[in-house]
Amino acid sequence: MTEKMTGAQALVRALEQVGVDTVFGIPGGAILPAYDPLYDSTKVRHVLVRHEQGAGHAAEGYAQATGRVGVCMATSGPGATNLVTPIADAYMDSVPIVAITGQVASPLIGTDAFQEADISGITMPITKHNFLVTSADDIPRTIAEAFHVASTGRPGPVLVDISKDALQSTTTFSWPPVMQLPGYRPVTRPHSKQIREAARLMTEAKRPVFYVGGGVHKAHASAELLELAELTGIPVVTTLMARGTFPDSHPQHMGMPGMHGSVSAVGALQRADLLIALGTRFDDRVTGQLSSFAPHAKVIHADIDPAEISKNRHADVPIVGDCREVIGDLITAVRTEQADGRKGDYSEWWRLLNGYKETYPLGYEEFADGSLAPQYVMERLSALVGADAIYAAGVGQHQMWAAQFIRYENPGTFLNSGGAGTMGYAVPAAMGAKMGRPDKVVWAVDGDGCFQMTNQELATCAIEGVPIKVAVINNGNLGMVRQWQTLFYDERYSNTDLQRVKRIPDFVKLAEAYGCVGLRCERPEDVDETIRKAMEINDVPVVVDFVVHQDAMVWPMVAAGTSNDDIKYARDMAPNWEGGE
Amino acid sequence: MSRHTLSVLVENKPGVLARVAALFSRRGFNIDSLAVGPTEHDDISRMTIVVNVEDLPLEQVTKQLNKLVNVIKIVELDNSQSVQRELMLIKVRTDSESRSHVLELVNLFRARCVDVAPDAVTIEVTGTTDKLEAFVRVLEPYGIKELVQSGMVAIGRGARSITDRSLRALDRSA
Repeated sequence: MTEKMTGAQALVRALEQVGVDTVFGIPGGAILPAYDPLYDSTKVRHVLVRHEQGAGHAAEGYAQATGRVGVCMATSGPGATNLVTPIADAYMDSVPIVAITGQVASPLIGTDAFQEADISGITMPITKHNFLVTSADDIPRTIAEAFHVASTGRPGPVLVDISKDALQSTTTFSWPPVMQLPGYRPVTRPHSKQIREAARLMTEAKRPVFYVGGGVHKAHASAELLELAELTGIPVVTTLMARGTFPDSHPQHMGMPGMHGSVSAVGALQRADLLIALGTRFDDRVTGQLSSFAPHAKVIHADIDPAEISKNRHADVPIVGDCREVIGDLITAVRTEQADGRKGDYSEWWRLLNGYKETYPLGYEEFADGSLAPQYVMERLSALVGADAIYAAGVGQHQMWAAQFIRYENPGTFLNSGGAGTMGYAVPAAMGAKMGRPDKVVWAVDGDGCFQMTNQELATCAIEGVPIKVAVINNGNLGMVRQWQTLFYDERYSNTDLQRVKRIPDFVKLAEAYGCVGLRCERPEDVDETIRKAMEINDVPVVVDFVVHQDAMVWPMVAAGTSNDDIKYARDMAPNWEGGE
Repeated sequence: MSRHTLSVLVENKPGVLARVAALFSRRGFNIDSLAVGPTEHDDISRMTIVVNVEDLPLEQVTKQLNKLVNVIKIVELDNSQSVQRELMLIKVRTDSESRSHVLELVNLFRARCVDVAPDAVTIEVTGTTDKLEAFVRVLEPYGIKELVQSGMVAIGRGARSITDRSLRALDRSA
């Protein structure tokens, strides 16, 4: 099947062929030819956002919620550079997105033409791969390659920059194209010898822990993880990117590790004699000071990206492979061990860990003046909205509280910017998630600082009929920075006060101006009713301004650069590690 | 620290050198020497990269290089199992008296004189880094006016070819 058409038509046809149903973007000069055939497409819905950063995060939210590739589109120059932040974000969190940008006509490339930016050069270190296309003939093949690269192996962002003349000239379209990626061969099948060695170590260990990262959900392996965990009886910690991959309610779940992890999860890693690291990358926010991280543990490290293995921490048993295959093979190998009468005994270990859990549960400070504790808002959201909803957080204190106090039972229900720490992620990501999963209730949990970075997408939500709900945890400050100023800068609050007293902006009025419903809640006794009211509104987006106390802090905390052993569960309060038994 | 020689087969496409160079700088590795050129296959270029790193960072940089979609294959060439050459062009000050001394050194080092002027000669020499350094040392007393040196190129000894298998993979995908 070959057909004559323009490069722009070939682009839209190729997007249809790879199964794209939603594109987030904004048109402009160089990408304009593509928007003409897009106007006619019955398969691809283009969502006109208000800022390209919103398009990028929406594509991420869509991808995270659906498991499919998210797509965003922008014009050359500033349109493309506005995508840089979400592309970097997707790179850090391994989110499969394809960004399509217009480029000035090929004879003008390199002349500093109007709205010219070398976006493939700019995004080289923050994309899994990128392409500059200057011939219409190359468009279908490049789109096929971009989606293949973005979605296979370790997922990630791919940028396709297409010159205006390539979009305008004529080509013949045929599908499927032959991909030309001789250097791209991701390994998904784990090595059987390493799997057997891993199973043997798991049986022999006395204090093993599953250290589970975002790669497990990306491999759609949470069911397999549950099976392996129950088969072995080994405790599980879920990183920020893995919240929900293993049910919070499960007795083997020890919580989230890391800088703001639970004492039980951090303690489990620090005291382990074996880490079974699955789809995770020993990020500094998890390990704290690397030299004192899990000092007694041997490491089994399974990841689809060979470069992650032994990057930060030496792996005694390296396993390169897709987590679903790895865990599946581990189940078989452990069964074999058990059939031969070898089964791990972790009873001593559990006595210690259960002690940590009982002695150091997550907690928070209530305020005597009757003002609202942000953690309480999270608890009530969790209780009333439930574990079927999708939650998207921004970055900062509210993100950590959302990770700690909302109970996640299902994989892919907590979206956030983990690696990059991009403020402003929540609202557009929630929009993208809701468009990808219209059947789901989607809550953005945002801070007042974050919210002011990307709330323009509420207009998109209201106009496009995307009824997300936004809980703004409004403490009137850049709260996490303020917390560090409290702890490490002598309470000198340099430029963290967002002047809430003046109520600028008024989030309720702002919501109304955007065609959303705005609610406000300032007292604990009103929280449930406000959440219920928000849950009843399903035709337009809802913004709830939860006015919370500005002195609430995120605990536990491992101060940056210090050892996990020095975790504090409240200010100056350190756990007694050996007394937990 | 130790010197390692990497032969990197890459797709012959625009921007590939920039990707490789950017990866080294982003991950904090210094390139001692770099040479890029065509191979016997039109679609493949070959880079010879010399880095001065510990073993562990070398493993990391190799893995990161392997992740570049345009990189087809990476082979570390062992010094004793490969032939390694650099090319140098040197312009040396000479007069009628010193010229014959310089030409004698040219012969000793199996170099070649490629240009002669009344007050200078230009010499072409190839060899290992050690040989070129030695050659420069003996010419220094005469006055080196200008010097230019290529990156190292290297090839494994024996009949085996590192491009063979990569070419077959490329043919299959084409």
